[in-house]
Amino acid sequence: MDRVQKLNLVGLSKADYAAAPSTLCKGCGHNSIANQIIQVCYELSLRPQDVIKLSGIGCSSKSPAYFLGQSHGFNSLHGRMPALGTGALQANHTLRAIGVSGDGDTGSIGLGQFKHLVRRNVRMVYIVENNGVYGLTKGQFSATAEYGQVLKYAGRNDFPPIDVCVEAIVAGAGFVARSFAGDAKQVRELLKAALSFRGLAVLDIISPCVAFNDEDDSRKSYAWGRAHEKALQELGYIPPQEEIVIEDYDPGATRVVELHDGSRLTLRKLEVDYEPNDRLRALERIQRAEEQGELVTGLLFYDDSRPSLAEVSGFGPTPLSELPDHLLRPSRDALEGLLAGYA
Amino acid sequence: MGVKEPLSGPRVGTESTAKVNDFSMAVATANGTGSQTANLALLRSFFKMGIPVHGKNIFPSNIQGLPTWYHIRVSRHGYVARREPELLVAFNPATIHEDVASLPAGGVCVYNADIRYTPDRPDLTYYPVPVKELLDGVEVSGKVKDYVANMTYVGVVAHLLGVPIDVVRQSLEHHFGGRAKLVDTNFDVVLRAHGWAQESLEKVDPYRVEPMDATQGLILMTGNEAGALGAVFGGVSVAAWYPITPSTSFIDALREFLPKLRKDPEGRPTYTVVQAEDELAAIGMVVGAGWAGARALTATSGPGLSLMAEFLGLAYFAEVPAVVWDIQRVGPSTGLPTRTSQGDVAFAYGIGHGDTRHVLLFPSSIEECFEFGWKAHDLADQLQTPVIVLSDLDLGMNNWMGEPFAYPEQPLQRGKVLSAEEVERLERFRRYADVDGDGIPYRTLPGNQSPRAAWFGRGTGHDEDARYSEKGDDWWRNMERLRRKHDTARQYVPTAVIEERQGARLGVICYGTTRYAIEEARDALAQEGVVIDVMRLRALPFGAEVEGFVARHDDLLVIEMNRDNQLRDILRAELPQHAPKLHGVGYIDGMPLTADWVQRQVLAHLSGRAD
Repeated sequence: MDRVQKLNLVGLSKADYAAAPSTLCKGCGHNSIANQIIQVCYELSLRPQDVIKLSGIGCSSKSPAYFLGQSHGFNSLHGRMPALGTGALQANHTLRAIGVSGDGDTGSIGLGQFKHLVRRNVRMVYIVENNGVYGLTKGQFSATAEYGQVLKYAGRNDFPPIDVCVEAIVAGAGFVARSFAGDAKQVRELLKAALSFRGLAVLDIISPCVAFNDEDDSRKSYAWGRAHEKALQELGYIPPQEEIVIEDYDPGATRVVELHDGSRLTLRKLEVDYEPNDRLRALERIQRAEEQGELVTGLLFYDDSRPSLAEVSGFGPTPLSELPDHLLRPSRDALEGLLAGYA
Repeated sequence: MGVKEPLSGPRVGTESTAKVNDFSMAVATANGTGSQTANLALLRSFFKMGIPVHGKNIFPSNIQGLPTWYHIRVSRHGYVARREPELLVAFNPATIHEDVASLPAGGVCVYNADIRYTPDRPDLTYYPVPVKELLDGVEVSGKVKDYVANMTYVGVVAHLLGVPIDVVRQSLEHHFGGRAKLVDTNFDVVLRAHGWAQESLEKVDPYRVEPMDATQGLILMTGNEAGALGAVFGGVSVAAWYPITPSTSFIDALREFLPKLRKDPEGRPTYTVVQAEDELAAIGMVVGAGWAGARALTATSGPGLSLMAEFLGLAYFAEVPAVVWDIQRVGPSTGLPTRTSQGDVAFAYGIGHGDTRHVLLFPSSIEECFEFGWKAHDLADQLQTPVIVLSDLDLGMNNWMGEPFAYPEQPLQRGKVLSAEEVERLERFRRYADVDGDGIPYRTLPGNQSPRAAWFGRGTGHDEDARYSEKGDDWWRNMERLRRKHDTARQYVPTAVIEERQGARLGVICYGTTRYAIEEARDALAQEGVVIDVMRLRALPFGAEVEGFVARHDDLLVIEMNRDNQLRDILRAELPQHAPKLHGVGYIDGMPLTADWVQRQVLAHLSGRAD
């Protein structure tokens, strides 16, 4: 019996967004995130052919093989996805890009490239599947592991963590959010908003490692996350087709953030004094949460005033990769004219 | 200071002993004093007189203050190799003693008379230049005065060698792009010095120039400019780079040419240039762009190439086009950063880990820099692999004569890229299948609208469908196909240039800029009755013509600018049956070869005195 599948606006079923089965551990937070990406791309009616998937190296970076099988993808080098993505998106700025990295990939070996990606504001969704631990090499601390944490194999962590969101904000990111892999709804809402952003959108998703970092007292474990997660805003994504605009933004009410592509993001302000468009406040909030042992989630910072790298580059509508030959090779006269200056 | 008689020297200069259009001159100044304008004015003056000429900037790794030299080779025979200078312009107090000491007997020294220096070699001809006195009354600000001070030697040298003064003016106009005030300011000083020299100096040395017509129609350009221009005509669309001497001027040239030549009808750029945070990122951007279907390049030098090893290995294995210009310099880390070398050949050929073999191109002239500039992108696309162009500092940063570049006659070769329609017509698209038996698979680009076009690029093991695979058979088969592809490359790359003569006793093998000293040495040796053949490789992997040349000779000498004879070793490894007759000699002081050195090496080799 054929099962009738619901089709989205581009005529695709959710199954059209699936890919190879995951080879990650059962219960890994990364699998949940891959599933949310599938769901979101389906709901947004993105054409898989217009999306590229990028990653570095590590457990997280394997996951692009597990979603959007009809999209081109590249599982590159450890910590080097930012450079690869920058080149690919300069070559074809009309593509949407979903990059998946990990805490080692972004916080350690790739920290430099990550910061420069943020500076350049390359238009892509940059997901950090953050579990504070190296899985494939069996349980070493990553740079995001919390200070003083004790793991069975790695022992005690003697160094303070790097906070991916803090690094993104101080480097000039315009979209910085944190979520928790177990909170599928929030992950989806943040993903939708991120996919609509004009530049680089950073999503730091705490994604527990079931094998090496799921001790109940670890901040990157499911148990800790469920007990301590504190949502900043209640997010509800409204597709562009629905005309709902909420202008007011009083404590306890909702606020609509207008996204670059015309879509809108509704925020529920849970904290009276929290403004998602204040860089210093965002940093303070992250710091305070850490001091209070809280996992603060939601859209921490939003500012779409800065143009993307492609916008700065002044490209026309046709991507460089699709320009016809006559625009790529100047004329014979042009060569002769230029050489005349060297005679 | 008044007029000084030349201190000493042979009072010659008659027609019978005159040395016309055949000398090498060194200009010694301090770095950052603006002497480059003066040196280029002299260089271009000789060029405009129709005399074959070449200039080499011998400079320190320094912004201001350290000694720098500019060598100008003037040769009616057209030789452009480095030659030890017979003429010296000594304007640097710090080096005047060693500079004078390096001159051969009969040499000429034009020196700044304000330097505390007393001529001390009776076998030289000295001409003092009263620089301060000549600048008296020149109305420019203090800083500019230092710059224009160098124009005094231009005027004096023009007089001594017989360069028409209007030719000097034309050269300055060329240099300043017609900015009249700059031309006037500089030329005023040239005129003062020239007039003073005419009245005050008695010409007693034999060196002079006479007009020829050997440069008619030629251009004068650096290799980096020529390579960048070639890339512009090769359709390069993404350039990513990190500054490193001596490759920086490649990107400078690219950034000068692209805005002039590459705009769409609405005036928007058809390119982008990104200054990366390091070479790892630069090559990463190039590989990303190549994967996404744009022609992309980076330019670097040895230390930068080291950082690119990771991505180049990935690009070889994932089969992504990329072009890297390696403007070679000496050594690891800082090494001798402003000296020339061919030390990256072995590293570049195998860069990556695990059975990597790249395509290398060896340009030797500005014409080849231009040609390989566009061709490298064709080859990278056709072969779906990185192409590394191994230039060097000498070629890249110095001005060379050349024929105006030939416009590329063949259209852009994009290789086996499938459109959405082509994918739809296939029963099944298989990214890494060897459909044609040449080792080159078909690819699709991101953005291809066929739902069956997608493939997943990766450095991990993969099967013909680009699926993750740790199966030994898949790995093995893929590596064998990559070897087939490397063999296919032999038919695509530029062939070696071979010159064989009757009665040759030795086959010399070279690549890149060593050709100039070798060709000059070959002519000199022939006059002594020693005939040698020369083969100049232009690429790796090499084609059948290279094996043919090696097979036809019983004795072969590979001459290159590295200690370990890297190309000789590659030839020995790939032509093991000929290994015993492949000898090598390396030159490694960071300077370009001289014909004299080559001649000595060949004679020593033939007499069995050296390997």
